[in-house]
Amino acid sequence: MMNSSAGSSGDPAVRIDGLVVRRGGNTVLPGLDLVVERGSVTGLLGPSGCGKTTLLRSVVGVQRTTAGTVTVLGRPAGSAALRDRVGYVTQAPSVYGDLTVGENLDHFAAILGAPPGDPARVIAQVGLDAHRRTPVARLSGGQRARVSLAAALLGRPELLVLDEPTVGLDPVLRQELWRLFRELAAGGATLLVSSHVMDEATRCDRLLLMREGRLLAHDTPAALLAATGAPDVETAFLTLVRTAPEAVR
Amino acid sequence: MSAAARRTLATAARVLAQLRHDPRTVAMLLFVPCLLLVLLLRYMYDAQPATFDRIGPELLGVFPLLVMFLVTSVAMLRERTGGTLERLLTMPLGKLDLLLGYALAFGAVALLQAALASALTIGVLGLDVAGPTWMLFAVAVADGLLGTALGLLVSAFAATEFQAVQFLPAVLLPQLLLCGLFVARDDMAPVLRLLSDVLPLSYAVDAMGRITTQGGVSGRVLADLAVVAGSALLALGLGAATLRRRTD
Repeated sequence: MMNSSAGSSGDPAVRIDGLVVRRGGNTVLPGLDLVVERGSVTGLLGPSGCGKTTLLRSVVGVQRTTAGTVTVLGRPAGSAALRDRVGYVTQAPSVYGDLTVGENLDHFAAILGAPPGDPARVIAQVGLDAHRRTPVARLSGGQRARVSLAAALLGRPELLVLDEPTVGLDPVLRQELWRLFRELAAGGATLLVSSHVMDEATRCDRLLLMREGRLLAHDTPAALLAATGAPDVETAFLTLVRTAPEAVR
Repeated sequence: MSAAARRTLATAARVLAQLRHDPRTVAMLLFVPCLLLVLLLRYMYDAQPATFDRIGPELLGVFPLLVMFLVTSVAMLRERTGGTLERLLTMPLGKLDLLLGYALAFGAVALLQAALASALTIGVLGLDVAGPTWMLFAVAVADGLLGTALGLLVSAFAATEFQAVQFLPAVLLPQLLLCGLFVARDDMAPVLRLLSDVLPLSYAVDAMGRITTQGGVSGRVLADLAVVAGSALLALGLGAATLRRRTD
């Protein structure tokens, strides 16, 4: 639900200052600063285990943090006023396997207070019209991931935080989903999308390259390639790792 | 309807929809207590009508707690491990909305189970109930709610289904042993009697016994009912306190 009264629309979608997350004696994020502007698609790229999920969870407000501030749409991450303005898709699909696609979305729509036509709209958006009455447990992994994505689209959230939404999807579907992400951003939504597939980088407005809890780069894909002189994002990543092993950010 | 009430009802409807997709669990929920009642009362105590009259109602007080505890603790654990709990807690859903939704759904199941079990015990097996039947239902529902609330609470301390099932002997077996079913509460050693007095199942079993032997609704029965319902509310409150929106 669009609700521009809460938090001025001049605020960035996400502002992070000095975020530290320690977990069980390990420092996952040693101190991270970041600003994500509204209406953009930002890709968060990095190897598995580099802290992408922890960063995304901090933005959603479900991660216990050690220090620093995370401000989302002008409010502290996780505050009650944000709960119908931020959509979150976890890496593993978080929907009820024993319910049908339609039942799942009806339920989450009721919890959110989304308008009546919303479940049908989001089911169409992720291309699952034909499976509305199928129990989620009987769907393929990729289809299940799309049900989880559809649930996050309910109520048209202003910020969408997507943790590896395209994993395990065939190239055609991946292309369709990225088209959907671009459409949502064109409609004013902000998307923060993580991936460990570097070739998805070119579809983003801005890229965050992450390694061992630190941001190696935060730039547009073109600027990143120009700065590193690399032919593709993967090579740029390797160049950055080589030249800046102790990246400041 | 307030937003909180709408979310509670949506949660209850969803939990019942999940049950509807799982007919085997529903059948076990409703018919296993009936089967056990027939087995125990019809065949084991057939020659001892006095024991039958004592154990029959007491069992009606034990089943709702046992069955609802098991189902709820596993259902809630699935919600935690499946990531849906985390998703729900990022949405505008109050912790109590969620727990009350569960309580509402399983309370309805407890009512249905109690109706079947008491219809069987009274109608077919021939148990004489001096007090009002609706009181029997009220105690059974409060007892089922207690099982649900305890199940929701312990699911916070279990990381796997294996652990959740282990809580059954840990939480319920002491209550079962000390509730008066095996040894009359008045004949217990003082320490055991004290333990029996602080465990809520004792009150459910006492209430069932009183309803069958005494006509009308006595103050003692209402007090027993209040203890069982109060314990259920306390466990629900503690359960809400264990739900964390932020986790490691």
